[in-house]
Amino acid sequence: MKSIKYAWFAIVLLTFGQSCKKDSEYLNKQPTNTLSVEATWKDPNLVLSVIGDLYDRYPDFQTIESWWEFTDFDEAFASNGGDYGRHQNAEFDYGSWNWWDYGYIRDLNVFLKRGQEATALSEADKNRFIAEARFIRAGVYFELVKRMGGVPLITEPMEYNYSGDPTYLQHARAKESEIYDFVISELEAVKNMLPNSASTQSRATKGAALAMESRAALYAASIAKYGVSTGQVSLPGGEVGIPASMATAYYQKSLQAAKEIISDGQYSLYKKNPNLSDNFSSLFTDKSNNPEVIFAKDFKLKTNKVHGYTINNQPRSSAEEQQGGRLNPSLNLVQSFEKLDNTYASLASVDASGNPVYYTGITDIFAGRDARLAGTVILPGTQFKNKTVDIWAGYMLANGTIITGDNFGQTKKDVLPGKPGTVQVVGADGPIDGLEFSAQSGFYVRKYLDPATGSGQIGTRSEVWWIRYRYAEVLLNAAEASFALGDAQGAADYLKPVRDRAGLTTPLTAGDMSLDRLVHERRVELAFEGHELWDMKRWRLADKAWNGNAMSVADFTNAANIGVAARTNTQVFGLWPYKYYNPGDANDGKYVFKVVKPSKVTAAHRFRLGNYYSLINQDIINRNPKIVKNPNQ
Amino acid sequence: MRPRFYFLTVALLVLFLGSCKKDNYDAPAADFNGRIVYKGEAINVQYGNVYFELWQPGFGKSGAINVNIDQEGHYSAKLFDGNYKLVFSANQGPFLWPKNAKGAQDTVAVNMSGSKTMDIEVMPYYMVRNSVFTAASGKVNASCKLEKIITDVNAKDIERAVLYINKTQFVDGSNNLANQELTGAALGDLNNLSFSVTVPTIVPTQNYVFARIGVKISGVEDMIFSPLQKVQF
Repeated sequence: MKSIKYAWFAIVLLTFGQSCKKDSEYLNKQPTNTLSVEATWKDPNLVLSVIGDLYDRYPDFQTIESWWEFTDFDEAFASNGGDYGRHQNAEFDYGSWNWWDYGYIRDLNVFLKRGQEATALSEADKNRFIAEARFIRAGVYFELVKRMGGVPLITEPMEYNYSGDPTYLQHARAKESEIYDFVISELEAVKNMLPNSASTQSRATKGAALAMESRAALYAASIAKYGVSTGQVSLPGGEVGIPASMATAYYQKSLQAAKEIISDGQYSLYKKNPNLSDNFSSLFTDKSNNPEVIFAKDFKLKTNKVHGYTINNQPRSSAEEQQGGRLNPSLNLVQSFEKLDNTYASLASVDASGNPVYYTGITDIFAGRDARLAGTVILPGTQFKNKTVDIWAGYMLANGTIITGDNFGQTKKDVLPGKPGTVQVVGADGPIDGLEFSAQSGFYVRKYLDPATGSGQIGTRSEVWWIRYRYAEVLLNAAEASFALGDAQGAADYLKPVRDRAGLTTPLTAGDMSLDRLVHERRVELAFEGHELWDMKRWRLADKAWNGNAMSVADFTNAANIGVAARTNTQVFGLWPYKYYNPGDANDGKYVFKVVKPSKVTAAHRFRLGNYYSLINQDIINRNPKIVKNPNQ
Repeated sequence: MRPRFYFLTVALLVLFLGSCKKDNYDAPAADFNGRIVYKGEAINVQYGNVYFELWQPGFGKSGAINVNIDQEGHYSAKLFDGNYKLVFSANQGPFLWPKNAKGAQDTVAVNMSGSKTMDIEVMPYYMVRNSVFTAASGKVNASCKLEKIITDVNAKDIERAVLYINKTQFVDGSNNLANQELTGAALGDLNNLSFSVTVPTIVPTQNYVFARIGVKISGVEDMIFSPLQKVQF
């Protein structure tokens, strides 16, 4: 009984004791699970986590976090059951690649406003945070303008006054050139507020601002220059389309920004490994003192910031999980890597008169090519993680009969004439038509594939970063701008270090320079880095290369127009190695190659004029009737 | 037990009869169909590439109903009764669509009460006339005349004229077995264009192909075609 009495006493004390607090104190408690704005803006570490979130929301199209987007434009085949449709739809949807995130822009504007009002931070911290947010905002507008054309330019957080009339919040689209001007002027304004340090690679730096400026100005310049050829892709208000007269000024800005990075001398091309191909592939995976990387999205093991690019795309035979091999670079891309004498040629599967060519080694057919080929693509007979990939499609008999299997590394009994017993009839990595994870084009991707042990395991994943800006692109920007401004020799000089690193040591001369050359150089240097769509759009080549016309084997054997920028590129083709079986013949045991079209490739891609600028969804126009539609949709 | 059984029956009856009430509106029932024409002649295009928009004002949020034109210039849509506005968005199709005083695409009022058939008159840049297709020893030969319809400031040149053949009746740039393209000097005399294309091996074999001549007008995305013809050989 006594204990109950004490318990009652305690309860009463606790209850009434509480009520002794003042009402105002009781009702005005600070929440313990969120931080107030005032508290955040006192501590640079807390502000850093806010800006970290803003960095994290930066959009990318085609990244290592979404391998399938690399297969949309016939640079690669999607060897994955759910993604064959990418090769079976002729038209791109008008809504493809559209993006309209004004919530993000508002958050950036709010961040900037609070940053300017903050008093407790040191001046240096404050300036850097503000410059970073302006850098991100410029990047966001750049991402918007390259997808949608001119968009409403909002630089202040807007507040609704609950008057029932929101029309004052509705802003019309700015001109396409005005958005590019805004991006360029913002980056120009913040470049000196940011640290000028090559070792800061996942936050904004002076180099990152200049690299973005160089790219943005180049995009604007080429839209102005080449937009003439697609006159229909414009709007009378200038929301889409830039007048040709503005091209020169933009090219100059692009060149100037690139020159400033070059003369600052903070960055250089990655040349740690004397083996040029290995060097090129480790450029993307080496995160310690990488002198080429200007701005990257970083990842870290044992956090939730890891990605599964290597799990998805590792060679199937040496995979650390029962999957991989999804991204298969196409023969279209592979054959565009030039020969060491700077000429273009199809891979010699047949000779000039159409007879098959026999190769002693499986890699011989790829010999004497741009070193970037083996750095970008895992070729048959080459290694990944010190294991040789097993890519060969079967035996070819003297009469042309093919003996092959339908599962990875399948063995069959008594199938080869005159040779009883069990033999393996197909490579452990395929290619097997229609079998997911096998190298259905005859190739696997190497770029960005993580050589670290465990990178192919679901439990570990990969911390290879996604490089958004690197020094080689800056040089290519400078070359393109120089060429457009009439300085062909200057363009050749900017290309030289990039090509030297690829083993193409015969320098190009001023007379070799052409748009075709520059388009080609960007295509092979920057493959699988998320450039192809935007580049083809700004050169106005997209509707010419992705023209809806079917391709044939003739486009891949002794083709004469490989270096032509507007060459048709609508369907993925592959190159399959076979072992020639003909005992007694001089060619027995050698390899022959066949150009094939994977059977899952059924449609030819067609880029319509209405695809140049993505569809603005009708609900956006309903909310803001001042928005005009994009052309040709 | 008995009364309870009746009660249950009645309750179930009420419940099920109640659910017989319609809880939704009728599906659209009015057919709206017709063709796009120039002086009564249908304009042939590529299917799925040319469409017009129907807007029905007065219901708050607006959204267009896109109506596709098939390759022979026909369209059809199921609609509710009501007042619609019909418009081709800018640069749709191988033809010009009238503009209003402000320079925007003009609209045509469409009043639906019951089904309706309506031919939409447009102004094509060119028409393919007198197209003739003949089969000759593994080839399809064709000839036609191109008539320039728009001759004022909006006139445009021809980029190329192409004979397409296909094994199915869908014949256009994306769907063809073989084609022959005329460009540049070959387009010198628009009154007399002739084509010839070799018929490739068709698997499984068939003794006919479908053929059309398409004309690409420079600066206009959509092609205009001749009427489709089945060529027997």
